[in-house]
Amino acid sequence: MIVVVSAHPYPDRSIANRALTAAISELELVERRPLYDLYPDLSIDVEAERRALAGADVVVWQHPLYWYSAPALLKLWFEKVLARGWAYGGGRALAGKACLWVTTTGGELDAYADDGPHGEPFEAFAPPLRQTARFCGMRWLEPLIVHGAHHLSAAALAERGAEYRARLVSLGAREASADE
Amino acid sequence: MSERGLLEDALVYLGAAVVCVPIFARLRLGSVLGYLAAGCAIGPFGLRLVSDVESILHFSEFGVVLMLFLIGLELEPRRLWQLRGPVFGGGALQMAASGAALAGCGLAVGLTWRGALVAGLAVALSSTAIAVQTMRERGLLAQPVGRAAFGVLLFQDLAAIPLVGVVPLLAEGGAKSDGSGWLGLAKVVGAIAGVVVLGRYATRPLLRAIAKTGLREVSTAFALLLVIGIASLMERVGVSMGLGAFLAGVLLAGSEYRHALETDIEPFKGLLMGLFFIAVGMSIDFGLVARQPLVVLALVAGFTAVKLASLWLVARRVGLDDGPSPQGAMFAALLSQGGEFAFVVFGVAAEARLLIGDWDKRLTLTVALSMALTPLLVIAVSRWQRRRAPAPRAPDEIDADDAPVIIAGFGRFGQIVGRLLFASGLRATVLDVDPDSIDVLSRFGFKVFYGDATRLDLLESAGASRAKVLVDAIDDVTASLALVDLAQHHFPHLTIVARARNVTHWLELRRRGVVVVERETFDSALSAGRRALEALGVGAHEAFERAAKFRRHNVELLEELRGTDLDQRERTQRARAAREQLERQFEADRGELDRHAGDDWRGA
Repeated sequence: MIVVVSAHPYPDRSIANRALTAAISELELVERRPLYDLYPDLSIDVEAERRALAGADVVVWQHPLYWYSAPALLKLWFEKVLARGWAYGGGRALAGKACLWVTTTGGELDAYADDGPHGEPFEAFAPPLRQTARFCGMRWLEPLIVHGAHHLSAAALAERGAEYRARLVSLGAREASADE
Repeated sequence: MSERGLLEDALVYLGAAVVCVPIFARLRLGSVLGYLAAGCAIGPFGLRLVSDVESILHFSEFGVVLMLFLIGLELEPRRLWQLRGPVFGGGALQMAASGAALAGCGLAVGLTWRGALVAGLAVALSSTAIAVQTMRERGLLAQPVGRAAFGVLLFQDLAAIPLVGVVPLLAEGGAKSDGSGWLGLAKVVGAIAGVVVLGRYATRPLLRAIAKTGLREVSTAFALLLVIGIASLMERVGVSMGLGAFLAGVLLAGSEYRHALETDIEPFKGLLMGLFFIAVGMSIDFGLVARQPLVVLALVAGFTAVKLASLWLVARRVGLDDGPSPQGAMFAALLSQGGEFAFVVFGVAAEARLLIGDWDKRLTLTVALSMALTPLLVIAVSRWQRRRAPAPRAPDEIDADDAPVIIAGFGRFGQIVGRLLFASGLRATVLDVDPDSIDVLSRFGFKVFYGDATRLDLLESAGASRAKVLVDAIDDVTASLALVDLAQHHFPHLTIVARARNVTHWLELRRRGVVVVERETFDSALSAGRRALEALGVGAHEAFERAAKFRRHNVELLEELRGTDLDQRERTQRARAAREQLERQFEADRGELDRHAGDDWRGA
């Protein structure tokens, strides 16, 4: 089972995230946790989230990049759900699961450079999320990053959506065979 | 009515209508033709069940008056202003074109020039009753072709006023002018001003006072009194009754009692319109048809052809025939008949010896038959349009008055819902039964309609079939549940957002399958609880989290109760167990926060 934890406060206004979500919405092996739909008032049902994660082989974090990090509700989700005694520090609930980071950025890839407006190459912003996953004992997979969400053509977006879908399908197949 | 009495006559009319109309509707020929057929069947040339056709016709014309009042109710002055193009442009053009062509035909068949002029102008008028009823049934009124046709009909109503006045002046042997031309005009202006004042200033307080009595039949009686009163006033000064009623309707269109008036008048209008069509059917003189079949055939065919052609030219001129789906033919078909007004003019003209011999009878027959022809022509045109343009039909223009939300009950609860919606730029149709609060709210600029939302007809006229969301904020539990039952049965597409007075009400609503139910005091009480926790030293965010957790827990408990059929004692036990469980959870949360204060991210 793949659990997609997604966070976009205005899903009907997003372009890239909506395209990505649409591409995987029919997959049967996916359980979606659209956080802003589930908890519009930002009060997360921790028990329900943990129940969903318990059955997952793969955990996906899908979100637009806000201030070089996750949107507030996904950040809150890390704090509430991945708590001590459950995810670490005595708890190993997520250990051994695979973690896929899927994010979209408004800027182009070349804006992420030492002399670009963002001052660092894109890889510099990955460590906080990567280490969050690893600290909980999860395997960090090669992330799927969609740059330039504002400028991508519909065709290019569809292509990235198809790529996302293919990644999930192959992950699902691999995990299923590993279970046997 | 004859010696047989009112009830027996009613028996005949209703019986004929109930037999004929469903058959014609089933055959997709429209109700108008059904009524006309019913009239033919019971009339002097059919089963001879009714003889006094003329007085019935006159009486039932009041149905047309009521119809125009209802149309007026749907047209606020602002929207009427938008119609000025079709009315004065299209209307004047149509009267000139059709009148000239038909008068020319009159001359050609041997009428005097005076007779030809009067007859030509009279038959240039179309039948508002037939055209509007047909447009209603086909949903054409809100479309460009419907608006253009309605504009022309309005102009004809205006033009009819001088026409009747002109007939005696044209009479041979010189005009017997009574020298009251200016006086007459002054009377008309005075009467219209009176109606404006009455409609704008006097009617609302009266409607309000009557609404407060809570007696339905009184409000119905008042609605009828209003229309009949205005219509008679207008007739006194020589304006058409329909035009006066229409004006009154327009003046009340913005009022909060609009839907209630509509609901009250609608059944009378329906019955009287039916009676009117029956009367037209009865007046078709089959004796004349039998005696002069070829003459009648030639007249009907000639008249319809000339009128269709002139209307089609008008349609082209006003741009209706352009674009991907030309509507010129439909426009012409809708207005192709002669109107009820022609009957009056022929009578007057025959008296004034402007029409001699058989001509008034022949023309009356022609007009009646042309009315019967209209539904058939419209069906033919729409078939032809469909065959010519198999492409998907353009989406119907959505009536600007259709709000996506209906709020039933606009007290303290409904108002907050409404204000949030209004602030978000959404229109809502609001229904309430308290005349006082409606008054206050109207002053703040809300559009609130008076009426009991648990009445199906009122829901219908509030646009329930086109709305998306129904907010059930009625404070009376019985009425609130009745509204849910009604909405679920008749408008299953509506998403219901319901206010629950208490837990029992909440359970009743959920058991009916209403998904969105909010208890009226729950969230504000939770906020108060939060603030109390804060006052006792609990951190503001922690207090928020506890309230959120409490809320979730509480809703889960209620959902559990919903499926069961527990008595009061068992319910209390269940609630106590749940409370203890929540207590333990809070305890655990507190412990966790304390324990990790030193070494957890949160305590850092």
